[in-house]
Amino acid sequence: MNALPCTIYVAFTGAFLALVAGARSAQAARVIALLTALTIWGLTLYAASGFVPAAGLQDLVNVPWIPELGIRYHLAADGISLTLLVLTGLAATAGVLFSWNIEERVGEFFALYLALIGGVCGFFLSADAFALFVFYEIAIVPKYFLIAKWGSTNREYGAMKLVLYSFAGSALVLAGVLWAYVAAGGQGFGLAQLADAAAHFTRPQQLGMFALVFTGFAVLAGMFPFHTWAPTGHVAAPTAASMLLAGVVMKLGAYGCLRVAMPLFPVGFAYFQPVIAWLAIAGILYAGFVALVQEDFKFVIGYSSVSHMGFVLLGLAAANATAVSGAVLQMFSHGVIAGLLFAVVGRMVYDRTHTRRLADLRAMPLHRLMPFAAVVFVLAGLASMGLPGFSGFPAELTILIGTWQTKPLWALAAAGGVLVAAAFTLRAIQVAFFGRTGPDLCPAMPHPLPPITWPEKAGALLLLGATIYLGLSPDTLLDWIRPALQSPLFQAILTGGAS
Amino acid sequence: MNADYAGLFNALQPEAHLVLGALLVLGFDMVWARHRPANRHHVALALGLLALALAGWKAAATGNTGLVFGGVLLIDALTVATRVGVITLAGLALCLLPPPSRLRHPAEFVALVLFATTGFTLMAAANQLLIVFLAVELASLSLYVLTGFDKTRPESAEAALKYFLFGGMAAAFLLFGFSLLYGLTGSLDLGTIASQLALQRLSPLLLVALGMVLVAFGFKAAAAPFHLWAPDVYQGAPAPAAALIASASKLAGLVVFTRLLWPGLGSAVGTIAHTPVTLGWGPVVALIAGASLLLGNLGALAQSNVRRLLAYSAIAHAGALLLGVIAAGRLGVAPLYYYAATYGLATVGAFGVLAVLEATGPAQKLTDLAGLHRRSPLLAGCLAVFVLSLAGIPPLAGFFGKFAVFAAVLRLGGLSGPAGWLALLAIALSAVALYYYLLILKQALVAKPAADAAPVKVPLPAACALLISAALLVILGVFPSLILGLF
Repeated sequence: MNALPCTIYVAFTGAFLALVAGARSAQAARVIALLTALTIWGLTLYAASGFVPAAGLQDLVNVPWIPELGIRYHLAADGISLTLLVLTGLAATAGVLFSWNIEERVGEFFALYLALIGGVCGFFLSADAFALFVFYEIAIVPKYFLIAKWGSTNREYGAMKLVLYSFAGSALVLAGVLWAYVAAGGQGFGLAQLADAAAHFTRPQQLGMFALVFTGFAVLAGMFPFHTWAPTGHVAAPTAASMLLAGVVMKLGAYGCLRVAMPLFPVGFAYFQPVIAWLAIAGILYAGFVALVQEDFKFVIGYSSVSHMGFVLLGLAAANATAVSGAVLQMFSHGVIAGLLFAVVGRMVYDRTHTRRLADLRAMPLHRLMPFAAVVFVLAGLASMGLPGFSGFPAELTILIGTWQTKPLWALAAAGGVLVAAAFTLRAIQVAFFGRTGPDLCPAMPHPLPPITWPEKAGALLLLGATIYLGLSPDTLLDWIRPALQSPLFQAILTGGAS
Repeated sequence: MNADYAGLFNALQPEAHLVLGALLVLGFDMVWARHRPANRHHVALALGLLALALAGWKAAATGNTGLVFGGVLLIDALTVATRVGVITLAGLALCLLPPPSRLRHPAEFVALVLFATTGFTLMAAANQLLIVFLAVELASLSLYVLTGFDKTRPESAEAALKYFLFGGMAAAFLLFGFSLLYGLTGSLDLGTIASQLALQRLSPLLLVALGMVLVAFGFKAAAAPFHLWAPDVYQGAPAPAAALIASASKLAGLVVFTRLLWPGLGSAVGTIAHTPVTLGWGPVVALIAGASLLLGNLGALAQSNVRRLLAYSAIAHAGALLLGVIAAGRLGVAPLYYYAATYGLATVGAFGVLAVLEATGPAQKLTDLAGLHRRSPLLAGCLAVFVLSLAGIPPLAGFFGKFAVFAAVLRLGGLSGPAGWLALLAIALSAVALYYYLLILKQALVAKPAADAAPVKVPLPAACALLISAALLVILGVFPSLILGLF
């Protein structure tokens, strides 16, 4: 466990080294980035190997930082943060592999990429609201440059929209946290400390603070109706950034809701619980239907992310041990699957065919031109639909079971989303890869496509392996997550349900 | 009054060094350097920096001696920190000295910067109305001349004239306000004024006096609705002068303003943290702060000129700084000082980048920055640090400054009064601000350079100033206690 804080320092050091090395040699920057990502992933796995699941956060670092305001540099982890850190390491490694073909300003690309990873790692480890907020904002700014510089379609608009939404969300969080800090007497920002103090807040205070903090984080998690930044941003982003954005950064929002908003303000949560659940269901269904009619392949995946993140939010809103552990599992599962889908669409297909319009792709026999991509996308699509054997199945099933225990109606409504997900995924598979069965050459695409490279294969296999392993053995993660939910902070918000 | 000349001499050592340094620069230039045009700039710059270094060292070494010369000056932790702060900022601004082609009289320019800095350090120590006025005027007159110093551009003269007319009006307001205060209390000494005012009700005459003083300082701080001079002056003034106006002048002005309002007129503050609001200077300052936040942030959105954009951003920051002034009475000046000092560093840096660019070509429109990362990675990297700090992105100092000020304002009374709501407004507007700051960075870091854009060579003094400012912003941002611990 003590290795976990090193992930932050490794990421920032790697970012600096990639920037310096990138000025001389692009290949050196790539290798440094890959080594850094592998080191981060290795550190999280090493920490996981020695991890003893327990209730509550296990302290890693806890030193005074800004004593004048009672701010401490306090890092701690439990099974939930560990799950998400392993995901971060995995997605980071795969993302580097899928951006091996970037040729322009490589050093800067990987420096920003690794800085983003560093911010994400710090966010998942923070047990002090100030540190958490600092890492959160560190993770926001690199996104703008990654998209605006290396992105595609409408990139400057997408980048600005995404960053302004994220920053507006963080402003809400800041307002809520500062309000709580002040109402608690201005002693400090420790999450446990704030939670203790929050027990004595008045009801209007709790409601107001919860609304601010939860909405702020939910914007980043892509909650309906604040989700519109996600599809445009993900579509505009370069492949690795889409993978990280959908795979990891949206999880920051969900994690923030679970770690900060809900345990700190249980009264506020109880009040808003039905609203959150219905917004989550609206997101699942609405984004699913929108994905069904998209003409741009990447937009299908972008909206599917919003739909799947709706399940996470629904699991959180259902607030029992089953549903919440399912939500955390879904965060991991969606991180892997979304990464895979974006990798196929953005890197394997778009970088070769230079089109993402489904009408154009339909004219190409992609299943024969790119069998590897077709297989990967079909498997990822199956996982995304929630078929048994892939991680999506235990995750969404656990969420639905848990939600049923709280409110059967919510589960029924959300189950409709599973059908829609199957519909839009199958449509995308069918149109993009199996649209044409004629001869190999077609007028839309005069040249033979470049073959799939080894970094792409390695990255795809890595992610596929993770989703299948988790589909077969979800208990690996659930054994970490469930004990974490036994901590008193979570018990205050969790009701009923099997644990 | 007991005439403690030794104490006075000791307390004024930084000012003495600055004035002697200025005279030395002028004399040396007249006797020796004017006949050696190749070295004239370097000599003036070196002597100026030496004088600033000695003055800074003396200011730090003086220590907290408390009231000096019967209360004319006050040397406390805030004075020492402010003196060191303004001298550092002036030194950084001085490193941006324009090239010989645009500045024919470097010695006069350096001497004026030193005189202005003398005014700033005196403002930091002033504890009596007359000294306050003299210090403010010494600084202002030097700045008017500095603003008009670029004789190659008509905008510079225009800016100087506007600045002078507005400034002269503000000085008149200040003097009138001070004379009314003297009439009400019979004293120029801030301590005596405070004790006299504590016995008085809030008379209409006192309200007029407060209004006059607030107008004058609103002008100094470039706060709305007294901000009209700022965009023109920021656009027209030579870069070091604009940097000085935006950084050191602001820091010194806010410190003297806080000193005047809280220890001097603290009994007339009214309430601001809780409803119902009662009249005093507090609600008025809050109104000015709110107007500045709104006008600065929204006005900046429409700018296409970098310097005017920085001016509107300065107006917005003035609003946040005035919130710090409101909080300073109960929760100390540490957040205000931290914010003002780090804001100054970031602004000096941003003007520094523009100053280097101006030497090689146009640097007025946002699009003139296009492709800066290709033309000079050093400039682009530093500009990113400065602009992100202005936008309040951690781990840079601008973030913690905002955080500390907003936390302090909210601590005054939570959300039960206008102050708390103003803090929330400021937090919300910081998301708006990110938009226009990113527009600058989009040009500098993302856009491709124009076809004819040549690489930029950064002169050594400017490179040092930029790197020092950027490093300070990072270090102070990660370890804010380095400054907060001083108070």
